[in-house]
Amino acid sequence: MTARPPLTLVFLAAIAAIGLSAAVSRSAQAQPPTPSDNQVNQVASQLYCPVCENVPLDVCPTQACAQWRELIREKLAAGWSDDQIKQYFVTQYGDRVLATPPAHGLNWLVYVLPPVAILVGVGILAGVLRSWRRSPVPEPAAPPSTEDPYVRQMEEELKRRERGE
Amino acid sequence: MQGGRRFTWGTGAIWLLLLAFLLLLFFGLRRTQQGPVQPGAPAPQFSLTTFDGQDLDTTHMRGQVILVNFWASWCVPCEQEAAELQQAYENYKDKGVVFIGVNYVDTEPEALDYMARFDITYPNGPDLGTRISQAYRIRGVPETYIMGANGNLVEAKIGPYASLAEIQASLDRALGSTTE
Repeated sequence: MTARPPLTLVFLAAIAAIGLSAAVSRSAQAQPPTPSDNQVNQVASQLYCPVCENVPLDVCPTQACAQWRELIREKLAAGWSDDQIKQYFVTQYGDRVLATPPAHGLNWLVYVLPPVAILVGVGILAGVLRSWRRSPVPEPAAPPSTEDPYVRQMEEELKRRERGE
Repeated sequence: MQGGRRFTWGTGAIWLLLLAFLLLLFFGLRRTQQGPVQPGAPAPQFSLTTFDGQDLDTTHMRGQVILVNFWASWCVPCEQEAAELQQAYENYKDKGVVFIGVNYVDTEPEALDYMARFDITYPNGPDLGTRISQAYRIRGVPETYIMGANGNLVEAKIGPYASLAEIQASLDRALGSTTE
């Protein structure tokens, strides 16, 4: 004959089992999925290889770039945003890793010079066009003057020939 | 005056802008063409936090010879000299020589793996924002600079050391120039 466990004990065991399973499932849900290559490359394309010249990180074939892409994957898995990852790279490796330089210091020139150059160019073009309009149009060449004694003599001679003189 | 060009403030401003732009270009190009810091010149002073959290400042190390080695875990030639540098550190650490490893654009786990692989025990830290390598105007890694006790650069080694003897000869020269 086996003794039946008291009802309270069964009830507590059931609650403990439910609690444990909930905890296990929660910890399974908390494990974030590994970011895909596309997600990693989406961030990497906004960064440049710190050691190669002008090579975006997503297409850079070196071992160092592979390490940096893996670093991006780790940061994404840890829940970092794109901006946080970019800021981390700037702190570690300097501004040159950014595809678009931040607007401070001499970097301002990158943003200011092109529009200024365009404005100056438009200004010069407008000035040149205005000066062309202002310059006097050359008058058409005057017909040969009949006052010229040589021409008059020629015409008289021709008329005389026509008359048969 | 007939035939002469009129000066306007607009034209003056354009020329001024152009001149400023050319000057910027000139100084930028001159800086990139300068090459690494040359021996005899004052060595750039810097501070660095090592991987184990120790704060180093070379300005507080006057009177000692300082060997600054730029390296990275992805740099294959760096591996050629790693063990020799560690050996030289062990031979010279009690002779007034400080070794500092500057880890250039690297990832920390790989840098720590590299240090463990070559049993490197002298202080090493990341070159945050590449400030130190820019100050030394390095072209790549490995590069090693030896600073004399007076703060001037005694030697610049571009590329890896070929042997322990070469490192020791450089350090002896630096120590010799200090005692002279």
